[in-house]
Amino acid sequence: VTQIHVRVDGASYTDDVEPRMLLVHYLREQVGKVGTVVGCDTSNCGACTVHLDGEAVKSCTVLAVQADGSEVTTIEGISGGDISGGDISGRNGASNGTLHPMQKAFHEMHGLQCGFCTPGMIMASIDLVKDNPNPSDDEVREGIEGNLCRCTGYQNIVRAVQQAAAEMSGRQAGNGHSSSAVVDPAAAPHVVVQS
Amino acid sequence: MTLVEEPTPAAAPAREVGRARKRKEDARLITGKTTWTDNMILPGMLHLAVLRSPVAHAKIARIDVGAAQQAPGVVAVFTGRDFAEEQGSIPCAWPVTPDMVNPGHPSVAVDEVNHVGEAVAVIAARSKAAAQDALELVDIDYDQLPVVLDMEAAIAPDAHLCHDHIESNESFTWVFDAGEAGTGGDTEQAFAEAEVVVSRRFVQQRLIPAFMEPRAVVVQPQGDNYTMWSSTQVPHILRLMLAMVTGTPEHKLRVIAPDVGGGFGGKLQVTPEEVISLLVARRLGKPVKWAETRSESLMSAHHGRDQIQYIDIAADREGNVKGLRCRILADMGAYLRLVSPGIPILGAFMFVGIYKFPAYRFECQGIFTNKVPTDAYRGAGRPEATFAVERIMDELAVELGMDPLELRRKNWINADEFPFTTAAGLEYDSGDYEAATQQALQLLGYDELREEQRRRRESGDPVQLGIGFSTFTEMCGLAPSRVLGSLSYGAGGWENASIRMLATGKVEVVTGSSAHGQGHETAWSQLVADELGVPFEDVEVLHGDTSISPRGLDTYGSRSLVVGGAAVVKAAAKVVAKARRVAAHLLEASEDDLEFADGTFSVRGTPGTGLAIQEIALATFAAHNFPEGMEPSIDADATFDPVNFSFPHGTHICALEVDTETGFVKIRKYACVDDVGVVVNPLIVEGQVHGGLAQGIAQALYEEAVYDADGNLTTGTFVDYLVPSAADLPHFDTGNTVHPAPGNPIGAKGVGEAGCIASTPAVVNAALDAVRHLGVSDIRMPLTPERVWRAIHQGGDGGERATAGTNAYGGAQTETTAGVSSDASSLGGDR
Repeated sequence: VTQIHVRVDGASYTDDVEPRMLLVHYLREQVGKVGTVVGCDTSNCGACTVHLDGEAVKSCTVLAVQADGSEVTTIEGISGGDISGGDISGRNGASNGTLHPMQKAFHEMHGLQCGFCTPGMIMASIDLVKDNPNPSDDEVREGIEGNLCRCTGYQNIVRAVQQAAAEMSGRQAGNGHSSSAVVDPAAAPHVVVQS
Repeated sequence: MTLVEEPTPAAAPAREVGRARKRKEDARLITGKTTWTDNMILPGMLHLAVLRSPVAHAKIARIDVGAAQQAPGVVAVFTGRDFAEEQGSIPCAWPVTPDMVNPGHPSVAVDEVNHVGEAVAVIAARSKAAAQDALELVDIDYDQLPVVLDMEAAIAPDAHLCHDHIESNESFTWVFDAGEAGTGGDTEQAFAEAEVVVSRRFVQQRLIPAFMEPRAVVVQPQGDNYTMWSSTQVPHILRLMLAMVTGTPEHKLRVIAPDVGGGFGGKLQVTPEEVISLLVARRLGKPVKWAETRSESLMSAHHGRDQIQYIDIAADREGNVKGLRCRILADMGAYLRLVSPGIPILGAFMFVGIYKFPAYRFECQGIFTNKVPTDAYRGAGRPEATFAVERIMDELAVELGMDPLELRRKNWINADEFPFTTAAGLEYDSGDYEAATQQALQLLGYDELREEQRRRRESGDPVQLGIGFSTFTEMCGLAPSRVLGSLSYGAGGWENASIRMLATGKVEVVTGSSAHGQGHETAWSQLVADELGVPFEDVEVLHGDTSISPRGLDTYGSRSLVVGGAAVVKAAAKVVAKARRVAAHLLEASEDDLEFADGTFSVRGTPGTGLAIQEIALATFAAHNFPEGMEPSIDADATFDPVNFSFPHGTHICALEVDTETGFVKIRKYACVDDVGVVVNPLIVEGQVHGGLAQGIAQALYEEAVYDADGNLTTGTFVDYLVPSAADLPHFDTGNTVHPAPGNPIGAKGVGEAGCIASTPAVVNAALDAVRHLGVSDIRMPLTPERVWRAIHQGGDGGERATAGTNAYGGAQTETTAGVSSDASSLGGDR
């Protein structure tokens, strides 16, 4: 076994790990960060995506020992504070400011269904927007190509990433590509009150 | 009625139904505060690893587990022999004919293995790594037997047998004949007298549901009670079946489906691994966990589709259809799982689509092969049927020289003809196919694209454009228990709900429908908010635990809202009825004089007398002042069993570019207008349509489970099994028309499978429309660039992708395919 020192979501850990242990298994089994999940065993699906020293990595392709001395951020470390019990619906003017803009956008744009790919998808998308603050539809699609979702057909994920990109770069929602937080009636003409 | 696009009148109270409510479920899912089964850790828990057969058909000559038992961390090793007396058979709940052959399906193979990936031994160890390390220490000798992979070969005379102890590879033959059933004329006569007959053979390739969360099971023994957490769609069915299979009494079993990461039918199952986990926990008295890898999932979880369809259509020269005849070979795989035989039978009623066929005959043989069993996958029988009828309508249109839409219009059921009983005997409830089609044509920008197609064709552009239609319907909301009984299904189709009014005025809704990504918590909250007049936020929806929601039939077949949601509405009505009696007592008024609106009872014509339902809940809790003879409770439950299915429909149009030089296809535009009845939450409905489209398009363009000549799955990882990424899919333009379903109080028809059922033929029809002038009349799915290129440049359907002798290859050997099995093809063909 090898001893590693890692900071995960702002807390420091010193642990003994087997040299063969993958970072994702270390995070899940030793640190208890089960928000990060395993979806395949060939690094195709991206469900395990985390940030390693600020860069998105598939944590199934990184050995735990390679993370020694590094800073790891998971889906559990990107919101601004304790949001347990928080009201994300924004009802009664309640703030949802503790969520990361990408988390908020996935919620508002219905960018998830079963939610299993969502942590990895959000982590990959944050990295994408860091590199390209104003991605087009095609640029988002190519940027998240390494993350598979079986539920959404991706369209609402694309809209979520573009909305979050606008918010993260201080632009108002609506950069020519993205939709506002309400349902886009062009994409969803049925979003009208029924007779 | 159709959708009226006008704002709500300002004075009307805000109804929750119809609002694009953002989902309650998201809070935990976007923050990683989830309860996936694999997250669970219990004190002393052992980890299971399953050793799987590397051969498709063999006798197990010898198993030596000695070395594995001695491995570090290993607690126990079990073989099929160890469980032979108690493991029974994986249940098949749908014996479609009285003489259906079911070879029996042990959870762990005892004497014989019948597909690659079948469980042959189980390791229980103190860590997952220790369990997996020990797998390779189990020593097994296999005496290999001939492998049966191709359905047409499997039913030929002198075929090898898929199982040693069966007499043929046929499980059943199931027939529906409209003439005999009295729902149509004589099919043979219709064909004999027809002016035009078009016959085609279509191949529905084998698909893998490929839910994102791999399956996982945790079992905790507590005395003689067992709690199972499983990544399942069907906790209630699982509990019942586990009791029947293992002999652990039903009341000693509790099954919990915590957060479940997608299913698409793939988790509508009683799996060998669930049985194994229970048996090991029972044997060792210790909590156990099994969590699969993706490779295990792809090779051992059930697959879907896999049919060979021989379709004949009869018509007159004017394009009036006269009859439809379908002979289907349906690959069961090596065993019958929960509803394997029922899948093609569900499809039997949908082959006539939306058309007024005067005669119809359907015949299906269920065939065994040495492959993993097939079972439900999104659409379950209906995508196969829709593909067949929508493809053959295009072929007939070509034969007649008619516009494909004109041919459809000439034969579809008109809006003023509902309810309409089809030749398959189903009574379609409501709809307007013309209205949906007109809206879809507009969404697509049809005329411009047709013009562009003409230009490209005239200029001989290497990139050709095609437009394909699918005007579909489906049967949803499974379903009337009597109908399911008449089809020999082992269960009913009702759904249960209960509503608990808490003292603080908050509301708990218990539903038997077990969601795994659909958004029931949000939609059910909207229903209850409207019915009880309570705030959306004050409703909590509980599901997926047989102790919390004791009665239910779970989530599949687009049934949840139509049946389960309806039960919620019925339960709410009972709550209101009870509360009305309490309100009358407290207000000292007659019940008949009370009106209930926006959550408040008031005496008609007497302003200021209101009593909110929350106040009544508190008064009920206290029970100090209650109506004489009434139990102090306003809680209620309801069970809803519909009298008919519901029939969503829609028009899907795909515009597709085909690069004739490379065979690469690209969806240029996709537009669809679905009628799913009343929409409770447009955001969720749109999401369901998107996701369905992605899977239906993936069948047309990307996905195929391919076996080599030895029965090895060559698409056993996500490297080879092509679940599409964001870059592989287009933007979807979606819309709705609304014709309420008359058969349930919500008016909803179901939406979970619509996109998946409708889209596949639209895409293939578009591809053929693009290249038919080049002499191409069929291209085998999925439309890989190589297949498309071959079809254009070499003729045929481009089919030579997999190994000869498998269905992916194109069925039994023919003149053109004989002897083509090569080293290259045994590696998975030209992939």
